[in-house]
Amino acid sequence: MSPKVAEKVAFHVLRAMAAFIVLVLIIVLWDLFSKGFPALTWEFITENPRKGMTEGGIFPAIVGTFYLVLATILFALPIGVMTAVYLVEYARESWATRIIRLAVVNLAGVPSVVFGLFGLGFFVLFLDFGVSILSGSLTLALMILPVIITTSEEALRAVPNGYREASLALGATKLQTILFIVLPNAMPGILTGSILGVARAAGETAPILLTAAAFFLPRLPDSVFDQVMALPYHLYVIATQVPNADPKIPYGTAAVLMILVLGLNLAAVLLRSYFRRMRRV
Amino acid sequence: MSPNGENTAITNEIIMCKESLSKSASKKRRIWDITEKMTEGLLFLSAFIGVVTIILIFLFLFKEAIPLMADPAANTLTSKNWYPISNPPVFGLLPLIAGSIIVTFGAIVISVPLGVGAAIYLAMVASPVVRETLKPAIEVLAGIPSVVVGFFGLAVLAPLIKDIFNLPTGLTALTGAITLALMALPTITSISEDAISSVPRRYMEASLSLGATRWQAIKTVIVPAALSGITAAIMLGIGRAIGETMTVLMVTGNAGIIPDTFLVPVRTMTATIAAEMGEVARGSDHYYALFVVGAVLFLMTFVINLVADIVSRRMKEVE
Repeated sequence: MSPKVAEKVAFHVLRAMAAFIVLVLIIVLWDLFSKGFPALTWEFITENPRKGMTEGGIFPAIVGTFYLVLATILFALPIGVMTAVYLVEYARESWATRIIRLAVVNLAGVPSVVFGLFGLGFFVLFLDFGVSILSGSLTLALMILPVIITTSEEALRAVPNGYREASLALGATKLQTILFIVLPNAMPGILTGSILGVARAAGETAPILLTAAAFFLPRLPDSVFDQVMALPYHLYVIATQVPNADPKIPYGTAAVLMILVLGLNLAAVLLRSYFRRMRRV
Repeated sequence: MSPNGENTAITNEIIMCKESLSKSASKKRRIWDITEKMTEGLLFLSAFIGVVTIILIFLFLFKEAIPLMADPAANTLTSKNWYPISNPPVFGLLPLIAGSIIVTFGAIVISVPLGVGAAIYLAMVASPVVRETLKPAIEVLAGIPSVVVGFFGLAVLAPLIKDIFNLPTGLTALTGAITLALMALPTITSISEDAISSVPRRYMEASLSLGATRWQAIKTVIVPAALSGITAAIMLGIGRAIGETMTVLMVTGNAGIIPDTFLVPVRTMTATIAAEMGEVARGSDHYYALFVVGAVLFLMTFVINLVADIVSRRMKEVE
């Protein structure tokens, strides 16, 4: 085989591999959405599950996921951004920063079920928060911390140094410079990271399995110490433990979860590319 | 009043004004200075939360894992069976570790060639338009929640595998491996693509000017140059696959035996924790045994991520 022919063959094989991945993606999305969309009625979204979850809607699970995600971002965003600010604006390369970075990298690689186990041992039992929104969202917050730290760091580094120097030269203190110049300019990137973190928190099951999720709870929680139903856990329960459920229910739940998570991901990607283009202009 | 006196009065007033202004300015300045110091401390503390978390995870996993070591049941940890509720209970870790390894291995065999191939295509062959469309599409795959992938595996893939191989159940190691491959693919593809794209252009130009075809250049120059990045991508893919919980919990059938083929049900470490932790009594041997499983899992992923980090750091140094 001449090198030219070999090249043609190789490129076709590579193209086929990429096409195969996209094909699989399309099959998965098509199966989930084509069977999920017909289930998405107003009643499905606004009603409680009925008859041992074999009928009815998923309203408490939607609300539960909303509460969990909201609390998670309230914990994770300030800590994540503050860590990033420290690493980018204050820290000199030292053993301390090296340890912090190593911890962030390793935290990103800890399996979600290990976070769940830790959340159970630390928040639920040791701190006695019980199986609750509080325990679950703290666990999720620790899990998404690396996402927020890394994207915020990237966003802070992308702010031109000239901005900082100009601000300092005008007599602003370092903190003033960070608060009024650096952070506003890094906001789009920080926002992107937060949305990605929220999407991840909304879709995870294993961390809340042991720390927050209720099998069936047909009322809304009234404090952070309450258990909640959540979309991903609800999907797991219906798909594996409720064999006689109408197949519309798991497909509908999967569709709602996918719309939520992929919608957030898409928003983050669009936001990022929009602001990148803005900056280039 | 003489015009001169009026002037002095005005000058005095101006001086007083200036003084009070600079006084308030310096007071403000001092407040900012104090805030400055406090902020730096506060920021450092919050940056250390990550470190504290890793240490706490480590401590809590091992604190809860150790009580079992003092128990006679600990002798069963190396047994070939995981029978946590038999009497006496047997907590053999081997089938769980074997289960995790076989599905992860299967996932890697499927996803590495596909992922690296697609990465080479995206970085070196595809037109910019195709690249800019496919990269986000593959990132979408990464965004699908694991429980949804598990549900797809349960509803679509498992019946298919049951029919194709004529098995009593479609919930097998193979089903787990395929769904995990689906989840590891985006990681492997996108990190490999970054590694290949970051090989300097002049490598390609030099090869082409020596008469190589683009494919020869890719095969013998570009991919070897990006190898440490690709290795890091594969390690991260392995880390993701071995730590994945919901997908394998839903599609691998959860049988606590050491598998001899891909077509039997297996039980992974992650699925065992997720499935059994909700039902055990706190302080029982079973409870501590699950923390032992968690500790082993944590150590395995820790080592995998460390290797990935070292490899990718070496890549950056080469650049």
